[in-house]
Amino acid sequence: MADQIILRNVTKRFTTKTLGDIVAVDNFNLNVREGECFSFLGPSGCGKSTTLRMIAGFEDLTEGEIELCGRLVSSKKKNLYVPPEERGLGMVFQAFAVWPHMNVYENVAFPLRIQKINKTDIDKRVREALKHTSLTGLENVFPGDLSGGQQQRIALARAIVTNPKVMLLDEPLSNLDPKLRETMRFEIKALQRKFNFTIIFVTHDQSEAMAISDRMMVCDMGKIMQIDTPENLYNKPCNRFVHNFLGESTFISVIVKDGKVYAKGDMTQPLDLAIPQDAAQEMVVATRPNEIALTGVSDGGYKTHIEKRIFLTDRTEYLVPVGEQVVKIQTPHRVHFAEGEACCVRFLEPMWYPADDGKADQERARRQLV
Amino acid sequence: MSRNMHADMAAVDGRRRINMDKLMTVICFILLFIIVIIPIFMIIYNAFFFEGKFELDMFVTQLTDSKNLAAMWNTLKIALFATVFGTIMGVFYAWLLGRSDIPCKGLMRALFSIPYMFPPFLGAMAWDLLLNGRSGYLNRFLVSTFGLNGMPFNINSIAGIVFVEVSYYFPFVFMQVVSALERMDPTLEECARIAGAKQSTVIWKITLPLVKPAISAGALLILTTSLAHFGVPSILGYAQGIYTLPTRIYAVIYNSGGSFDGIRQGAALSVMLVVVVAIALVLQKKILSTGNYDIIKGKSMRPTLIKLRAAKYPLLLVAVFTLVLIVVVPLVMIVLISFIKAYGLPLKPGNFTTAQYVKVFKASGTMDSIRNSLFVSITAGVVCMFLGTLVAYVVQKIRPKGKEALEVISVLPYSIPGTVLSIGVILAWSGSLGIKLYNTIWIILVAYMARYLSFSMKTSSAALLQVHSSLEEAARVCGASHTESLSDVTLPLIRPAMVSGFFLIFLPAMREVTTSILLYGPYTRTLGVQIYSLRDAGMIPQAAALATVAIGIIMLLNAIVTQITKDKKGV
Repeated sequence: MADQIILRNVTKRFTTKTLGDIVAVDNFNLNVREGECFSFLGPSGCGKSTTLRMIAGFEDLTEGEIELCGRLVSSKKKNLYVPPEERGLGMVFQAFAVWPHMNVYENVAFPLRIQKINKTDIDKRVREALKHTSLTGLENVFPGDLSGGQQQRIALARAIVTNPKVMLLDEPLSNLDPKLRETMRFEIKALQRKFNFTIIFVTHDQSEAMAISDRMMVCDMGKIMQIDTPENLYNKPCNRFVHNFLGESTFISVIVKDGKVYAKGDMTQPLDLAIPQDAAQEMVVATRPNEIALTGVSDGGYKTHIEKRIFLTDRTEYLVPVGEQVVKIQTPHRVHFAEGEACCVRFLEPMWYPADDGKADQERARRQLV
Repeated sequence: MSRNMHADMAAVDGRRRINMDKLMTVICFILLFIIVIIPIFMIIYNAFFFEGKFELDMFVTQLTDSKNLAAMWNTLKIALFATVFGTIMGVFYAWLLGRSDIPCKGLMRALFSIPYMFPPFLGAMAWDLLLNGRSGYLNRFLVSTFGLNGMPFNINSIAGIVFVEVSYYFPFVFMQVVSALERMDPTLEECARIAGAKQSTVIWKITLPLVKPAISAGALLILTTSLAHFGVPSILGYAQGIYTLPTRIYAVIYNSGGSFDGIRQGAALSVMLVVVVAIALVLQKKILSTGNYDIIKGKSMRPTLIKLRAAKYPLLLVAVFTLVLIVVVPLVMIVLISFIKAYGLPLKPGNFTTAQYVKVFKASGTMDSIRNSLFVSITAGVVCMFLGTLVAYVVQKIRPKGKEALEVISVLPYSIPGTVLSIGVILAWSGSLGIKLYNTIWIILVAYMARYLSFSMKTSSAALLQVHSSLEEAARVCGASHTESLSDVTLPLIRPAMVSGFFLIFLPAMREVTTSILLYGPYTRTLGVQIYSLRDAGMIPQAAALATVAIGIIMLLNAIVTQITKDKKGV
């Protein structure tokens, strides 16, 4: 598979009146392959939408270059900028952006009319697009009279009708209810299989991104954190942020002393963990609530007790003190402990990260204000 | 006992909440009946009835009079051209300042709102001084410089009247469209770019159709204002015998010396004009009928600015030239003339003096006229701001039976000439119905309220159309009562529109001349009337001096209020 979208050293800087310079996108390098479904994932203000808008051509770059389907479309060095209408993209927006003054048919036919295709071909292709988006029969209805889901289908039909090679989806599902979100996700994937386009999918919802993507990019505060498959991202997150963003996480501050690991606040019994080579004295051990083994005292491990037990529909949750922290553990229902009962915990294959200095959170809060 | 009282109060309270909508609707109808319907009824009654009997002769005589027909034809021509050119100009500059990356935007927007403040009849005065077909300063300058045989321009013509009207009426469209553009969801346009449309195609196929409601609301204002306008054609047209219906009506009454017969003839002529305006209204409704949609949803977005690239500086030049032509030139001319020793003297340093200002302020009535204008304009502005919003809310959100009637009634007074409205107000409130306001300031206030109500109604209406009903519903769901959701959600969202509605009334009311020229009494001259009379009496430098003062006052007030309302945010 060839690379279809290439970003080289793409940087975007804004100057705001209140907070001065903000690097919205800091030196992004990434390749999206042909036919791939690639997600940009991150909290608001992370630069994902700005990156998408630069690919679409709505924002110019401060530095770097973008290549689409083997053609350079934005380059600061060569002073090149191809306007959005000449990039041959399909795009679906969060607020649908269906034109209220045109009916369904006119909305979908618009891109073809711009291309000055003859009427019979337009008609054929519009009806085809409407069929694939289950809108047949609604041709003469105005968008204002349709539901959110139907409006989003119009937006989809309008995007696929030109048969673009690349489809940009800017949080297309976030204005829909959850059930519809899932249905639409399947429909988008089905359309992708049928028309064979490359998808860039922008979202802040990690489960949505995981379900739809072949690969994804996690970014935070204008920096790429990690690019990988959903599975690798979940299992081998490169830092605390990615770990936390991709799923429920448990972080334990630990102290490494004399070749042993102690949970902060309890230097009496070490945790049974292999210490990585480059470990500093203070570290953070990260794991997930379902990757902590909860056993009886006789089985060995870190000795503690059950502070609270919560019965949920598909699992049981225990809150267990480890050092000065309280750790959440999820188990199947068959693992049963009573509140106050003594127990042992063991961390299965945790990740090690440097201790947190709190600076990242401050910066994140500052950016939220922008 | 006390328990009963509580129960009663609860019942009253409950009933009030349920009937809040109904109450507002009824209040609207009653107020509009008093302010609008009664004067209009009096006009129609007096046009067709004489001493209690139906009589058509006078009406037919007026209708077939060739002078009146010519005036009607002129009125139509001027209004049509002014609307077309004013709309094009308003939309163009709204787009340029609202959506493009043209430099100095804030400054230019401030400057483009000056034509609002600048009284059109003063503009006409200035252009008459410059381009009068016989003695205009600029004309004489051009003749002597280039050795021409005749005067190159003649502002005392239909084209001249259209030119002056366009330069003061295009802001109606400009302001409406600028605010609609700012509230529009920018992805609607971006989407068309992605679909392959060029910037120019997006403007034609997406942006313009989406702001069509705003355009046609503004265009309607230009059309009805121009149809009813008195000042410009009266100043520029009399010299060449060019009459429009409003100036013809004034002439008929003036020539009859204010007799009842003259007022009746005027009433008959105004019926003709009302018919013309009614046709225009119906046409506008037809054109707008497909435009019922919210272009913003319950979220805010920052519109993207369009890069003009190479066209940036040429377009800036065009905008600056326009500003100079419509703002700077007339203003400078008025100020220069206010300092001249005598009208007609060349504009040389030796001929300047401040004596005109001394004369004006020594004259009786000058300070009175300033006080009167301030009082009437502010009062009318505040009352209409609330009443107009009330009507708009009833029409847009409550949508009772007869809402179309409500809409038409509130727009009607502005659609009829101020002169005619004055006749109606005189007929209604000089004692024939038991209330006598003639020769007091209150009769001017009543006339202003009727005349300017549609301004605030239209702006509030356009803003309410943008406030999706879900926003108010969300407040109701959060536990707010109907009143609370109105005051905490809807009103704050449309507050900027209400404030601009106030200015739409306050500023033209400050410079008003059409209505007050028939209503003023010995102690109730307005600023406009005072200037008009001075000019009419041939004291042109004095008129210019008072005009300079008037413009100064209006600009100062505007600057103060802009400063006050600067930080307020809304839709």
